[in-house]
Amino acid sequence: MVNFTGDGPGVSCRNVRKHFGSGDARVEALRGVDFETRFGELSFLVGPSGCGKTTLISIIAGLLDRTAGELSVLGTNLDTLSANERVLFRRRNLGFIFQQFNLLPALTAAENVAVPLIAAGTPRRRAVERASALLAQLGLGSRLNALPSTLSGGQQQRVAIARALIHEPRLVVCDEPTAALDHASGEAVMDLLAANAVRPGRTVIVVTHDARVFHYADSIAHMDDGRIANVTRPSRLRGQSRSGDREPLLQESYV
Amino acid sequence: MNFVALRMLTGDRAKYFGLVFAIAFCTFLLENQTTIFANIMKRTASQILDVTDAEVWVMDPQTEYWEQTKALKDTDLTRVRSVPGVSWAVRLFKGNPVARTRDGKFAVSFLIGIDDATLAGAPRKMLLGSWDRLREPDSVVIDQAGYILLFPGEPLALGRTLEMNDHRVTIVGISDASAPFASLPVMHTRYSEAINFLGRERTQLSFIIARPDPGLSASALTSRIHDRTGLRARTTQEFMWDCVRYYLQHTGIPVNFGITIAVALIVGAVVAGQTFYLFTIENLKQFGALKAIGITNVRLIAMILLQAFTAGTLGFSLGTGMAATFFEIFLHKLATRGIVLMWQCVALTGVCIFFVVIVASILSIRRVLVLEPAAVFRG
Repeated sequence: MVNFTGDGPGVSCRNVRKHFGSGDARVEALRGVDFETRFGELSFLVGPSGCGKTTLISIIAGLLDRTAGELSVLGTNLDTLSANERVLFRRRNLGFIFQQFNLLPALTAAENVAVPLIAAGTPRRRAVERASALLAQLGLGSRLNALPSTLSGGQQQRVAIARALIHEPRLVVCDEPTAALDHASGEAVMDLLAANAVRPGRTVIVVTHDARVFHYADSIAHMDDGRIANVTRPSRLRGQSRSGDREPLLQESYV
Repeated sequence: MNFVALRMLTGDRAKYFGLVFAIAFCTFLLENQTTIFANIMKRTASQILDVTDAEVWVMDPQTEYWEQTKALKDTDLTRVRSVPGVSWAVRLFKGNPVARTRDGKFAVSFLIGIDDATLAGAPRKMLLGSWDRLREPDSVVIDQAGYILLFPGEPLALGRTLEMNDHRVTIVGISDASAPFASLPVMHTRYSEAINFLGRERTQLSFIIARPDPGLSASALTSRIHDRTGLRARTTQEFMWDCVRYYLQHTGIPVNFGITIAVALIVGAVVAGQTFYLFTIENLKQFGALKAIGITNVRLIAMILLQAFTAGTLGFSLGTGMAATFFEIFLHKLATRGIVLMWQCVALTGVCIFFVVIVASILSIRRVLVLEPAAVFRG
């Protein structure tokens, strides 16, 4: 059952393990991850390259099967769902923001945003109208009919954010949303994400290397070598960061 | 999601046109080669098909095809006429005399002698003159291509003379007879004139052409004639196929064309199929994103099939248009006259293109189905 009440954790991982290959080629990507996110919060998953961040969010998003451990997403045990049900679960409840945006190059900005609605059966015209309204809210009202190739990186990521939010998902998964952007664009994108994605009853997970945006986090889970090393709740930093005073240790760790 | 599939297909113009034109050229090659082959084979029976009056051809049992005949006895005509169900039956002569012009130009010709009284057995299309003028002594009707061959560069005109086996014959008409397999002039004259032009032999009756009584089918009459006379009787269509079969079995034409058609099919299939397959591979990331977003495999398969069939239909239509234009242009050239795009060739090519599209689609679908949606997180 999908947890719509906002009670309990949005995502809960207990001793989640994942390995790839076998024998000498066996790679332990996750070595017993315990991780939890809350509704209404922006949870960051940070750590060096190869520590297992992408594997973990792929498992949380139902895109990859885990080898062992317990996983509950929005109160649902994904193991109880068939492959098709899992796809429908993703369609209804998840929004994705990718590092490389992954917009469909042949579709306009508004059409790209409308894709999740159209996939869910909303008539194309109505879906594009709703997408246009959301893009206008995100400051792209003048670029509704622009193709992704004519948009700047920041604009493309804003379109991707709109696409991730248009169908009101309960879980938003963001993979390095600022990695392909300059600092100013990255800040703008995170501002937009914090202002529009964080809602009661929704949980947002952001995987990032970018220590410059850590101050947006409600909680930061630090991953290392396939495990969660520690979790901090730097909410006290948020006010300082927004005024430009960032946590120096975090910056140095992952830049 | 159909519009997404179509926009993905047409979004990159270079890839899109590359795909459509690959299929179009494959279609063009296949339709072109199969049509030329089929029309050349059909030419082996041109003079049979030109005879629209008769439905039944009677010949010596040894005669296998149009070009090579064993003469019947004159009395055979009476025997055929006596078969119940024969509405009428007349003689038809076929020979190959040499025709010479005054200035010494010459050509071996098809000389067809048609019934003196009824002129049954002549093609109906005349460009100049009329069939009735064949009743004049020493007269022939020559086909346009033959005329141009014997009188190159000269305007079509009646009254010109030819020498044929020491006979002076006058051209009283120019017909639009179908092109024969060998590019020889086709001349029609009356049966009694034809045997004179060629020189007397003991028996000279090449064929008897006949028509069944109303209500009796041509095939029923052929059986009846064979049973009663022992002669070989074929319907026009059967005789045409006899000729086609003879050339298929005894010449290298089908092998040569078969190789060309096979190469066209293989090259076309590989190019068109690979282009579509690569198109899907290059869009794998987009398909991965759609999978992650929650598009089902069934929907993705439908999208790929829609893309494949849209590109296939457009390419096939374009290729067929190109082939039709090609044959329209060459329809009126002397050497290729009468060669038209046959619907059977279009249908056969359509089946081949459908097969290519299906194979390319299956390969593409397989790649998309095994695609891990988690791949979208990898850079």
